Amino acid sequence: MREKKAKKIVFNSAEEMPTMIASVGSQTHNLTGAWRNIRPEIDLAKCLKCGICWKFCPEPSIDIVDEWPVVDYDYCKGCGICAEECPAKCIVMVEERK
Amino acid sequence: MKKEKKMTLTLPAEELMACGHLACQGCGATLAMRYMLKALGQKTALCIPACCWAVIDGPYPYSSLDVPIYHCAFETAASTATGVKAGLEMTGDSETTVVAWAGDGGTFDIGLQALSGAAERNEDIIYVCYDNEAYMNTGIQRSSATPYGAWTTTTPVKHFKTRPKKDIVAIMAAHRIPYIATASISHPEDFVKKMRKAKDIKGTRFFHVYAPCPTGWKSRPEDTVKLARMAVQNAYFPLCEIEDGDKVTLNLKLKDKKPVNDYIRIQGRFRHLTEAQVASIQAEVDARWERLLKNCAV
Amino acid sequence: MKKVMMGNHALSYGAMLSRSQVIAAYPITPQTQVVELLSEMCADGTLDARFIKVESEHSAMAACIGASVAGARAFTATSSQGLALMHEMLHWAAGGRHPIVMGNINRSMAPGWSIWTDQNDSLSERDTGWMQYYCASNQEVLDTVIQAFKVSERLMIPGMVILDAFALSHTYEVVDVPDQAAVDKYLPPFKPAIRLTPSDPRAFGGLTGAEHYMELRYKLQKDMEKAPALIEETGREFEKIFGRNLGLVDAYRCDDADFVFVTSGTAGFTARVVVDEFRKSGLKAGNLRIKVFRPFPFAKVREVLKKVKKAAVVDRNCSYGAHGIFYQEVKSALYGEAGMPPVFGYIAGLGGRDITTDSFKEVAAHALAKDKADEEIVWIGVKK
Ligand code: SF4
Ligand code: SF4
Repeated sequence: MREKKAKKIVFNSAEEMPTMIASVGSQTHNLTGAWRNIRPEIDLAKCLKCGICWKFCPEPSIDIVDEWPVVDYDYCKGCGICAEECPAKCIVMVEERK
Repeated sequence: MKKEKKMTLTLPAEELMACGHLACQGCGATLAMRYMLKALGQKTALCIPACCWAVIDGPYPYSSLDVPIYHCAFETAASTATGVKAGLEMTGDSETTVVAWAGDGGTFDIGLQALSGAAERNEDIIYVCYDNEAYMNTGIQRSSATPYGAWTTTTPVKHFKTRPKKDIVAIMAAHRIPYIATASISHPEDFVKKMRKAKDIKGTRFFHVYAPCPTGWKSRPEDTVKLARMAVQNAYFPLCEIEDGDKVTLNLKLKDKKPVNDYIRIQGRFRHLTEAQVASIQAEVDARWERLLKNCAV
Repeated sequence: MKKVMMGNHALSYGAMLSRSQVIAAYPITPQTQVVELLSEMCADGTLDARFIKVESEHSAMAACIGASVAGARAFTATSSQGLALMHEMLHWAAGGRHPIVMGNINRSMAPGWSIWTDQNDSLSERDTGWMQYYCASNQEVLDTVIQAFKVSERLMIPGMVILDAFALSHTYEVVDVPDQAAVDKYLPPFKPAIRLTPSDPRAFGGLTGAEHYMELRYKLQKDMEKAPALIEETGREFEKIFGRNLGLVDAYRCDDADFVFVTSGTAGFTARVVVDEFRKSGLKAGNLRIKVFRPFPFAKVREVLKKVKKAAVVDRNCSYGAHGIFYQEVKSALYGEAGMPPVFGYIAGLGGRDITTDSFKEVAAHALAKDKADEEIVWIGVKK
């Protein structure tokens, strides 16, 4: 996967743009975590490590770190699918702290 | 839970879709892309016409995918992909899998001619239609994939859609292409398995992928996977494969086929339907299911 | 090698000698022989190309775009209704900077159904960002295809090689078919800086906001502005190898002319005959055949016409509610410059009606009798 938090691209002149309309940067510059109203919180004590939350995250903003599911809040949009699908019911959606 | 236990991954770990993309919360189409790329790997090239994914990928000069994309005209997913495949082959790359990736409007409606042409010629491409059952990108207008009963902005509640959804799989089967599969984002393992199988087949391969849209279906974003699963389990969207136009295989047998009512009732787009209307949907689903079973039996 | 061939086959030979790698086409009268010969060439191995027999012209151009972005040299040919069906994709090809070359046989637009020539089909595509070359002989057709690929690939702008239906497409002429090795020397393989490939994964043509769109189109215009010089340069280079110059215009006896016809396509050759006759009777006439319509050779047209006393533009097209389209361009080329001649506008030969030597004589009689060019458009040979 691409590096996260890629740089924003700024063209200072038409000259700097490729002739073809071709992308030169990664959309990961866009931190979609700002869209979120509710946030998933995982109670790892109850986690079965089944990988279902990872599997169904549409961003994907659940990473596997040291064999545990970890939400990347920079990108998680708070859709709630992970909490809905978690068989152990160990993910709860809580009001986002603004 | 012991710390040493490994995470269970039932899908390839490789992520070719990065976060930061512009899909709505709980978007089914996004999951469909994620799974397809897991199945096909990096040596893949996409042609994406006007559809939600034309936006989801992110604006110029960015992209969310680690595979190349050609953003093509609305009705040209199949014809552009045909050209890309020929162009790659003529420049020495016969390995890359070329995929036309279109929504239901670009497939069932405006792109049907180009798709039919490519299928008849048996072009060596995979065509994936991710179906969210309306023109969602333009703001929820009916397409010929919109099912009976659904509200859209062009089929208001007073005049909801009364014609059934076009049977795209039957249309594609009539082209006798080597491989057709239906898939659902609720069953990614099945999707990935069939996509990998398709990758090794030459000729036109067609996928019809069920991709719920919380924005257009007026459903809760957290219900996206659940809705897709219900549609599989109540035979609203059965999982099957069709080889060479007539060899039908059911991928998921339904011992306990669920009623469609629960599925209908958690979607705002069907809120206005009376019990009798839901019953007529049930009757249609049952009839289609019986037909499918009969076709499999051969 | 000299060969007698129809204009359509000159297109096919041009595409073949240019080593087109992907051809996608759909049949339409009067273009069919172009693709018939090319599909034979692909089938018998004369040409190593993928021929995609698409189900419409729209798909033909879409497939050419796909092939081109993947790094292949792509060719197609069409006419009239087919070109109109492609319209959306013509913008796509130029805006996306895909250097496809296409043959277009000028045929009138329906209704009523017509398979005969006029230029309204290609001129309706003038603002799509394609280069347009109007040819007057089969030799020029073949040569121009090769040159067009060179110019297009250098600038990453597609090019349309245009010929009159029947008057050229089905007319047999002797054509000197250049040697493949010489063509290979003139036209190197297509190697774009960026192409669609998994080894350099990019998204092409994504959603482009107001922050970027204008710069991208500015670049297209700036590169288009480089085309006239490049066409002349590659034309001279062509002449060195093949002995035939390919320029922006063909100015026939214009140097000392008082009265000049401005023409395009095969009508330009008919005009020459009349010019010669006029010269014999003492009228210093000339003919300026405009070959390249986009980019429009403003400077060249000014250069030729500034020495002239009167110019008469004969258009085989009409922009309804305005004028003949070449007439408009010629006038705008001269506007604001001191000492430019009055320019008269004529419409002739729509729907395949012949433009004869008499047509040109009628044009000349009208223009020579007037002191001032007013806004009147004169229709030649029409039953009023
Ligand atoms: S809430 Fe949605 S976006 Fe956030 S981690 Fe869960 S599934 Fe992913
Ligand atoms: S779905 Fe629940 S149990 Fe499974 S890995 Fe994720 S948090 Fe753990």
